[in-house]
Amino acid sequence: MTAVEAVKTVPMLGDEAVAEAVKDCDVDVVSAYPITPQTIIVEKLSEFVASGEFKGEFIPVESEHSAMSAALGASLTGARVFTATSSQGLALMHEMLYNVSGLRLPVVMAVANRALSAPLVLNADHGDMMGSRDSGWIQFYAENVEEIYDRTIQLFRLSEDPRVLLPSAINFEGFILSHDMEGVRLLDGEQIRKFVGRPKLEQRLDPENPKSFGALASPDNYYEFKMQQVEGMKAALGVFKEVEKEFHAFSGRRYGAVDAYNTDQANRIVVINGCASGTIRAAARVLNRGGDNVGVLAVKLYRPFPTDEVVEHLRDADSVVVMDRSVSFGAPSGPLAADVKSALKSAGLDTPVMSLVYGIGGRDFSIEDGKKVFAMSKDKGAYGTTFMYGVKN
Amino acid sequence: MYEPIKGLKELPTDEPLAPGHRLCAGCGAPIALRQILLAAPKDTVLANATGCMEVSTVIYPYSAWNRPWVHSAFENTAAVASGIESGFKALARRGEGKEHPVIAIGGDGGTYDIGFQALSGALERGHRFLYVCYDNEAYMNTGIQRSGGTPLGAWTTTTQVGPAEFGKRENKKDLMGIVVAHRVPYAATAAISHWRDLMIKVRKALAQDGPTFLHVLAPCTRGWRFEMAKTVKMAKLAVDTRFFPLYEVENGVYKITVPVPNPRPAEEYLKAQGRYAHLLQPQWAKQLETVKKEVDANYKRLERLAQFTSPIPAT
Amino acid sequence: MSRQSLSEAAVVQGGNSVEYTTTGWRVNRPVIDEAKCTNCLICWIYCPEPAIIRHENAKVTIDYDHCKGCGICEVECPLKAIKMVREP
Repeated sequence: MTAVEAVKTVPMLGDEAVAEAVKDCDVDVVSAYPITPQTIIVEKLSEFVASGEFKGEFIPVESEHSAMSAALGASLTGARVFTATSSQGLALMHEMLYNVSGLRLPVVMAVANRALSAPLVLNADHGDMMGSRDSGWIQFYAENVEEIYDRTIQLFRLSEDPRVLLPSAINFEGFILSHDMEGVRLLDGEQIRKFVGRPKLEQRLDPENPKSFGALASPDNYYEFKMQQVEGMKAALGVFKEVEKEFHAFSGRRYGAVDAYNTDQANRIVVINGCASGTIRAAARVLNRGGDNVGVLAVKLYRPFPTDEVVEHLRDADSVVVMDRSVSFGAPSGPLAADVKSALKSAGLDTPVMSLVYGIGGRDFSIEDGKKVFAMSKDKGAYGTTFMYGVKN
Repeated sequence: MYEPIKGLKELPTDEPLAPGHRLCAGCGAPIALRQILLAAPKDTVLANATGCMEVSTVIYPYSAWNRPWVHSAFENTAAVASGIESGFKALARRGEGKEHPVIAIGGDGGTYDIGFQALSGALERGHRFLYVCYDNEAYMNTGIQRSGGTPLGAWTTTTQVGPAEFGKRENKKDLMGIVVAHRVPYAATAAISHWRDLMIKVRKALAQDGPTFLHVLAPCTRGWRFEMAKTVKMAKLAVDTRFFPLYEVENGVYKITVPVPNPRPAEEYLKAQGRYAHLLQPQWAKQLETVKKEVDANYKRLERLAQFTSPIPAT
Repeated sequence: MSRQSLSEAAVVQGGNSVEYTTTGWRVNRPVIDEAKCTNCLICWIYCPEPAIIRHENAKVTIDYDHCKGCGICEVECPLKAIKMVREP
């Protein structure tokens, strides 16, 4: 029996899948603070602490800022570290995200995306992670529960690679995925442990070789230190391919930086990230069965942005609609749309791009909505603006 | 238990803090940190908040620390220390390293105010580490602005003195009281002038299997406005006038480690520093009385606490 | 400094600040009267730098590369064995 055949499918929530992955990845320290809808991650991990299945240290910190701070401290000892948060919690740890990336620490984080206050809402949109997209973290978006499980495992390998050494986050919609029960084909613990190995951080707090971390820089060198992170991000694109290849070898599963449906043939393509990728893909399939010719490009790796792959898949399209599940106030388009437009323009392509905002504050997006979006994409006059899809009048 | 402090000659000769840092001439903070680290084991690991001590000691590409050291932000030192302690613990448990003493270092700004929450959390969680607050009684690094640790009546750039104001209107937060309320095994105040008392307290603290706290008075020649050669004298005066009593609290039991039965007059302390000069003027006579009363009341409170919490002798 | 000479993530080797001299900070310099000095080490425990060097078989000496001339040693020396004199 191969490793793939030996696994069993277990029904679990998105949050639970994260905890299951962390349990088997030889994580040394988890420091986390509860926030809806991430709470089940920390609760499940606490169960694993009590059962003895999670053998690391669990720090029930008193805030998210402290969660990332403790993660930073623990990571510097050479330990493998994990945390999880959402929305306000991510916003609260914002300065620490930059710190962790600047210190080149391979912290892994799960974000159950939830819209930001005010006003307060518990439901999903990508506003939280988009608000931190420039922090120097590698960012993935998942479409289903098994992908959340797989990505969490992959992230430890990717972040800890000496050519990368950047923290990474797996994003998935709060409630829609975090509390969604799906079957996950769990992988064998031994195989996972072999895949992730043990962290081998050269730069760490070691009394045998005392070093100082977090120096005061100056205008003479700060820029170059940031370039080191830029280069780490660039390298991550290539290292990611290797990681996926290794992961596929023992799991039989692979996702890619993007998922392309019918992009080689389609006239009109929707670009999207997050779980609505599946929804819009289902709508596209229905429309294509009815004679239309549309495509969907799901962006799974958001930072570093897989520019070349995105451009390749969109090169032959007549028009592109980019769907953003967050509002960038005062901006000419949504964040993902801005990245796509910029990528196309830099490649010398003049393709009309529509920025379409949807699903804000957990507003539902159905297959019917998907069909409507494709219908809108036929209207040449609708391009060049940001359309707020689904907002009530 | 802990290794007693015999004398200066028994202390290590290799310096935990290297010279070449950019702290002001006569700064009290490095005196405090040197004494603390000379008393602590050689494999001590440090987490340092943003502030004077941090920004002046690690200016790329130089570092004055002969110990593993990390700085990340202003308000999170206790949280970073918690992570370091847990990291070592987890790694040691799987045979991938040893545990080491962890000392978190924060100024009064990074402890009384912005770092307060992280400190409270770390104390409540019971991590094994020593938190050192070096107190120069204002946000000195950013230019002498008031903090929760600035004493009553002191001038700072954000508690200016004029016809309408006499300096800081609020009393210094009772940081020790707050820490002791977390039921930590050991907490103590210390002053750079009383090096032996300070070092014994450091060793006592590090011997505990839990969170401990050291509140060290580190006079600031620039911010308090006194001659740079007088830093150690100023600390001694603070103790001798009861402005900064030296005491320890071991599992809730208070003990004044340097009793001051005959305090020197408060005016001696106040007139020695520019930040208090205005208090000796006639228009602030009432405020001066309040300052003196508070200092006296605080010391008497500690005496009563020492009596009240003293262990009942076995019969 | 070139990009190549920078360390990854600005990590600094501990204790190398000895290579940075603060000698230029001084207005006055301490001079120890060896005859009066008993090597009690009080100046050493109170020096903020530290710019006072302990020796195996000799009395303390001043590290003039790093002394900032604060004068704490002169004030604290119990034997009055240290004098602050104007920098030449």
